[in-house]
This record gives sequence, C-alpha cells and structure tokens, in this order.
Amino acid sequence: MPITALIVDDSSVMRKIVERSLRQAGIEITKVIEAGNGAEALSALQENKVDLILCDINMPVMDGLEFVKALAGVESAKGVPVVMITTEGSEAHVVQALSAGARGYIRKPFTPEQVKEQVIPILAGKP
Amino acid sequence: MKSATQVATDQQNHESWRPLMEVATREVFELMLGSQLSVPEAADASPKPPHDVTAMVGLAGQLCGMLSFCCDNKAAVLITSKMLGVEVEKVSSTEMSDALGEISNMVAGNFKNKISGLGDGCMLSPPTVITGSDYETYSLADRPRLEIRLVFENMPVIVTLQIHS
Repeated sequence: MPITALIVDDSSVMRKIVERSLRQAGIEITKVIEAGNGAEALSALQENKVDLILCDINMPVMDGLEFVKALAGVESAKGVPVVMITTEGSEAHVVQALSAGARGYIRKPFTPEQVKEQVIPILAGKP
Repeated sequence: MKSATQVATDQQNHESWRPLMEVATREVFELMLGSQLSVPEAADASPKPPHDVTAMVGLAGQLCGMLSFCCDNKAAVLITSKMLGVEVEKVSSTEMSDALGEISNMVAGNFKNKISGLGDGCMLSPPTVITGSDYETYSLADRPRLEIRLVFENMPVIVTLQIHS
C-alpha cells in the first residue's frame, strides 16, 4: 500500500538519500514530507497524516529523541512507527531511542538493504 | 579490545586508531556512495594535501578533538553527485557542503563506534564546512595528530584526527 513518509534530518542531502533508499527498498511512496529538525516535524504533523517517520538524532532546535518523546502528545501520530537513522550507534543510544518510542534503529552509514530489513517488517505490522 | 579510557591514556596506542579511521572512512564510501577507496602510491603523498573543501566535526567527552575530511573541489562535487545519484553538473555548492558535512559526520561516528566504550562517552558536534584553500590551521593542543590519505576516483582525500585530550 502506498505510504506518506516524514523524513526528519538536518541534512537535505541525507533526506534525499533516505527517500531514495525507501524507494529502492520497494516501498511505494505517494508523498514525502521533509523536516530539518524535531520542531519542524511536529509542525508538519499538524497538517499532515503520515504512515512512517524516519528521524535523525543529532539535530538543532529539537533533537530526534526529544521529538519521539513529544510524539506521544500528537494525536495524528498515534501508532505511526518511527525509525531512527543516525551516526549515534552505541547500545545506550539504541536503548534510549527504543525506550522513547522508536520502533527501529539504523546506523549511518547504511545500505538500502538495511533500510528494507528494518522498515518492511515494521510497515507490515510485525513486532 | 581495550576500553576507550585505556586506549586514550596510552599515547602510543593512538597509532592503533589509524586503521580504524581508515576502515571507518572506507565503509562510509562503500555504503553511501558505492565507491572503493584505495591507498595512494608513496610518490603521490604530496606534502601539501588538497583542501579546497574541509569538513570538520568536533568530538567531546572521553575523546576530545577534531576530525576533518579534506579533498579538492572536483572530488567534493563527485562525492556529492554519487551520494545524491545526480549528474555532477547538477550539484549545487549548498548540496556539496551539506554532503561533505555528512561524510565527516558519518566517518567520525563510525570511527568512534569502533572503539569499545567510546560510542556512549563521546559526542559529535554538528559539522562545519570550509570551502577555499587559502588558509592554514594551527592547533594549540600539544597532542597527537593522526592523518590517513586515501584515493577516491584517482583524487586524494585526507582524514585527520587532531586529538586534544
């Protein structure tokens, strides 16, 4: 089923790479919404319903972990899976992200295959 | 594998980080660009390396320092082109700076994640990118400096880790 994806990263180049990786993973995307930080992403969610959120951690204004925690108060984001894509690859960061509500974690650098392995089961509703 | 603290207190062992820097850089290029980096011929190791574009990421915490990635303008444009999957003619200067910043960020992150205990204890700053080559850098820190030189599509790229503490 085609999806709307929200991609949150302070690098516009990285946002494009993530979008391309989703398409290469065979995910049909009708719309991509881009945000440069967590605050912009929260604002975008006021006006858009999305099916998947991919989010960096280290960002200015509002980082990815703050954003994921803030999502709990956003009605339109209830149940929307969040996958973190970040250079912060330590176990502590993974635990922090998953505890905050993220469903998946991809370390940069990454391949489209790694995106596929993480995202497809999540979109299919598998734990 | 030694902990970050053990390694950081042993100056000689900073040399053992050099192969980790190389692997971290190679992985970023292989995974994000689909490009293999090679080792330069000894004769190619010019004393004044190219640095039209310099992307820097600060490290703070258990390891304090600065990791920089330098290359010439042509290499920077090609790196950006490969990252974005667009033709070199379509790469803007903003995209080039953004892409090189991300390269330095990923190399620094990948490098610190390869050292046991450093992943949690070392934070990365947002990248800073300098374009233009008419400058010199000078560090007040009397500490080791590790440099690796690799070749991307016949063009040199240089990764430097200036260790402050």
